[in-house]
Amino acid sequence: MNWEAFWLTVRLASLVSVVLLVIGIPIAYWIASSRWRWKFLVEAAVALPIVLPPTVLGFYVLVALGSRSPLGRWWESLTGHTLAFTFEGLVIGSLLYSLPFAVQPFAAAFGAVDPRLLRASASLGQSPVQTFRRVVIPLSTAGLVTGFTLSFAHTLGEFGVVLMVGGNIPGVTRTVSIDIYDRVQDAQYASANQTALVLLVISFVLLAIVYGVNRRAGMVGPWR
Amino acid sequence: MEVRTAPALAVPQTSSELEVRIRKRFPHPEGTFHLHVHFRALAGFTILFGASGAGKTTVLDCIAGLTDPDQGRIALGGEQLYDSDGKRNVPAWKRHIGYVLQDLALFPHLTAEENVAYGLRQFGAAERRARSREMLEAFRIDRLRERRPAQISGGERQRVALARTLVTEPRALLLDEPLAALDRPTRSSIVEDLRRWNQRYRIPILFVTHSVEEVFALGEEVIVLEAGKIVAQGQPRDVIDAPRLETVAQLAGFENIFDATVLAGHEDRGTMTCRIGTASLDLETPMIRAEAGSQVRIGIRAGDIMLATESPRGLSARNILPGAIQKLESRAGMISAFVNCSGAEFEVHLTLAAREALSLSSGKNVWVVIKTHSCHLLRQ
Repeated sequence: MNWEAFWLTVRLASLVSVVLLVIGIPIAYWIASSRWRWKFLVEAAVALPIVLPPTVLGFYVLVALGSRSPLGRWWESLTGHTLAFTFEGLVIGSLLYSLPFAVQPFAAAFGAVDPRLLRASASLGQSPVQTFRRVVIPLSTAGLVTGFTLSFAHTLGEFGVVLMVGGNIPGVTRTVSIDIYDRVQDAQYASANQTALVLLVISFVLLAIVYGVNRRAGMVGPWR
Repeated sequence: MEVRTAPALAVPQTSSELEVRIRKRFPHPEGTFHLHVHFRALAGFTILFGASGAGKTTVLDCIAGLTDPDQGRIALGGEQLYDSDGKRNVPAWKRHIGYVLQDLALFPHLTAEENVAYGLRQFGAAERRARSREMLEAFRIDRLRERRPAQISGGERQRVALARTLVTEPRALLLDEPLAALDRPTRSSIVEDLRRWNQRYRIPILFVTHSVEEVFALGEEVIVLEAGKIVAQGQPRDVIDAPRLETVAQLAGFENIFDATVLAGHEDRGTMTCRIGTASLDLETPMIRAEAGSQVRIGIRAGDIMLATESPRGLSARNILPGAIQKLESRAGMISAFVNCSGAEFEVHLTLAAREALSLSSGKNVWVVIKTHSCHLLRQ
């Protein structure tokens, strides 16, 4: 069991899911409430990482982070090194990669809040921001937990994007899934199995949380 | 010639007058819907009365600021809330207008007490609690404090919704059929609570309904809306008791409305025979220009029907129908009897004395007596 790779992965997944919670909520709220006619294009773009091969996503992220792109140059002038093959670059790639896994459950939860409650809240003197905080967020907790957990679990298991953007630098960009791949290449099956099993169990627990949360949300009754 | 100097000053504007002058058009399954209303509502109850689709809810939405009119002006106590000329549009949450929506929209994640305290954010926790407790007691729901909306009955939810709005001390109150789903005793007891509350606060209350009973129970002023326009306005007695207007006639006055088929006309007598839809029951009605087999709607006032405990003879009334009393409801000094005649249910209004004299009780066999000219034919 490569603990260095394990903690690196947990650190990456935690950071990505927290950042996605922060930037995903406004994006999701916009998707849930906007009536812009071209909104579907934004929705399609957000969903892209679900269907794109990770190598395609990783390739473009790598290009965007490299010293030939404006973003890459800007970062280089700021820090003195490029984003490619760094932990920060990995975070950016993972954010894009896991974006739909956070935004879609958020948007579904926000969209499911009865608009009449928002009208009632306004007529009780509450501003849109207060209404969002006091009505929309509390009624969307299951969706928020789902999006947070799914983006965490999804980042935990990513492989292609990490390999493209981060390479395989121990302690910097070597995540658990890459570690497993390395060990299989070296025919260290026992050790690969150990790590793979840990990942399997964690992923199962996380998904169990997601389904558990949504099961309770669907059952409103006198016992609550 | 005398020069009139500012006559408007002669009538001081009361601080709580609501003035609405709005136009709005929006697409509708049957062509574009035009809403065009202009009215003033003083402190006290003003009823907005009309069929569904007449634009009542849209009027309330515009006043609350939840929908924008295309054009016009809305002012409350002299303050402009909306003015298309002055480009003024105060957002809903800054209008201080209480709005109890038809479907209540209680917050499902909050208890009854938290719902009531929801609009009191500007106060400290102690003040919030004191005010919401007081309101819960005034509406007799303090024992439900800890319950969530899903755990309380319809009438109780109604009280929570009213308390939640009134506790914010709104400058005007909009009620969109708040009592429609309730049984009669609950309804009248909530109406009493509202009345009591309004004696203290004296604000304009716009009350949307299509129940005549509520018009009379609450109304100091009634405004009749038909297809987006005001077609009548005044005291309930003047507007509702003279159902010249079809909307008023259709909705008002007639507790009993039946769909019927014309069986035959009797030109010589000026009457015709109609069969009530689901029941095999024939009524003699005044003659109208209608072919046999055509559909008509018959309205009969509950107060125009007599009950007899024996088969009456020697009466001029042409409709004498045997039936059985289903139930008796008493309210405000009178009795409503519901009588089943071959599957058709008639509501009949009686005095308390009549019930005692005839010793009426549910299950008793009676005869329903209706004069031909008490059967009003309504256009469909």
